[in-house]
Amino acid sequence: MAISLAAVGAGLAVIGAGLGIGKIGGMATEAMARQPEFAGKIQTAMLITAAMVEGVALFAVIVAILEIYS
Amino acid sequence: MKKFAMAFGLLLIPLMMSAAAGGGEEGGEQNGHGGEKEGLDVGAFIAHHTGDSHDYVIEIPFFKYTLHLPVILWTDKGLSVFSSAKFKGDNEGKVVVTDKKGNKFVKIHEVIYYADKVKDNPHPNVFDFKSRPLDFSFTRNALAILFVFLILLVLIYFTRKVYYEPDKVPRGIAKFIEPLIIFVRDEIAIPNIGPDKYEKYMPYLLTVFFFILLSNLIGLIPFAPFGHNITGNIVVTFVLALFTFILTTLAGNKHYWKHIFNPPVPAFVKPIMIPVEIMGMFIKPFALMVRLFANMFAGHTILISLVLLIFIFGSVLFAPVSGLFYVFMGFIKILVAFLQAYVFTILSALFIGLALAEDHEEEHGEKPELANH
Repeated sequence: MAISLAAVGAGLAVIGAGLGIGKIGGMATEAMARQPEFAGKIQTAMLITAAMVEGVALFAVIVAILEIYS
Repeated sequence: MKKFAMAFGLLLIPLMMSAAAGGGEEGGEQNGHGGEKEGLDVGAFIAHHTGDSHDYVIEIPFFKYTLHLPVILWTDKGLSVFSSAKFKGDNEGKVVVTDKKGNKFVKIHEVIYYADKVKDNPHPNVFDFKSRPLDFSFTRNALAILFVFLILLVLIYFTRKVYYEPDKVPRGIAKFIEPLIIFVRDEIAIPNIGPDKYEKYMPYLLTVFFFILLSNLIGLIPFAPFGHNITGNIVVTFVLALFTFILTTLAGNKHYWKHIFNPPVPAFVKPIMIPVEIMGMFIKPFALMVRLFANMFAGHTILISLVLLIFIFGSVLFAPVSGLFYVFMGFIKILVAFLQAYVFTILSALFIGLALAEDHEEEHGEKPELANH
């Protein structure tokens, strides 16, 4: 039971991260299309923000993994 | 393409063989316990392959050699050093080792406990520090880190040699290393720390970048002497994040500390803002630590799980599917290896840059650059 609940938790975390990273990617592409000369800067900002979102999602995944192993 | 596919198949063999061997042994023991299903204990197998170990197992097809590394413990009675061969490969707490001072130890899932304190408990708590000695053992991850340093030394030695002849185009390994160094300088250090202060922090950023990159890449090659989950170990990433924390704190100028202890906000917000800022000092390196650890740990778990799918379904027919998924995930992992090295370095540079930033009063007030236009 604990394992299946942990799996549901991991899935929920992935939904959140997917929405977040999708939004970052979409907005960054749009920004790059509008201002191609700033593409490099936008890309750096995009990667950093994506890393932050992913970090939060991975906190959740680690909690789920700990639940499985404990 | 054919050659590539064959090479990749060969790379997969050791992992599959060890999975098959592990399945045999552990399946037998579980039948002894009587409770669970026959076959591979997937959770324990993944934990064993992604975690640290007191033995260094060199396993290639038709050849297996176990290198027993020293166990170094700080016990209630002082220092205790012996070979991990004394545990005879046991991980269930059945073999009791007595050292010269009379301490008795057992090893359960690669963690060493005092034998008398976990006698009736087959699943002791890892965080119960009263029932285990302090473990300073030279583990396989420590050996793998030394191996990474060795590769790094060789790479940098040959790169450095090229620049003794001035006015020459870099050749050999320098052709590969120089663009990476330039990348760290021009894309990471200068934009984030500033063109006049970045030089002092270049050695740290370069060391961290190359160490994380090489450890990540080494973890992707699934046979000895490679295939260690170095950056997927939270202790390693903790130390890396600690370095960034120390550097950030030492770099902090008076504006940095003023922003933490006396932020420019209305007085009634200060009781909330100051604790938040102080917490932020620690949360930033903590997030660095967890991000790198979780990425690499999750990646390795996924790769092993994909191979283990064959054994979970118990059919050779599933092998091509599993192999294809493995190749796909392998390519993503190569991307992640570079990306995580980049993200760790750029965030370190960003934190150092924030601590070094001069007071920007002009940003709060009217904008002088607009007046010029």
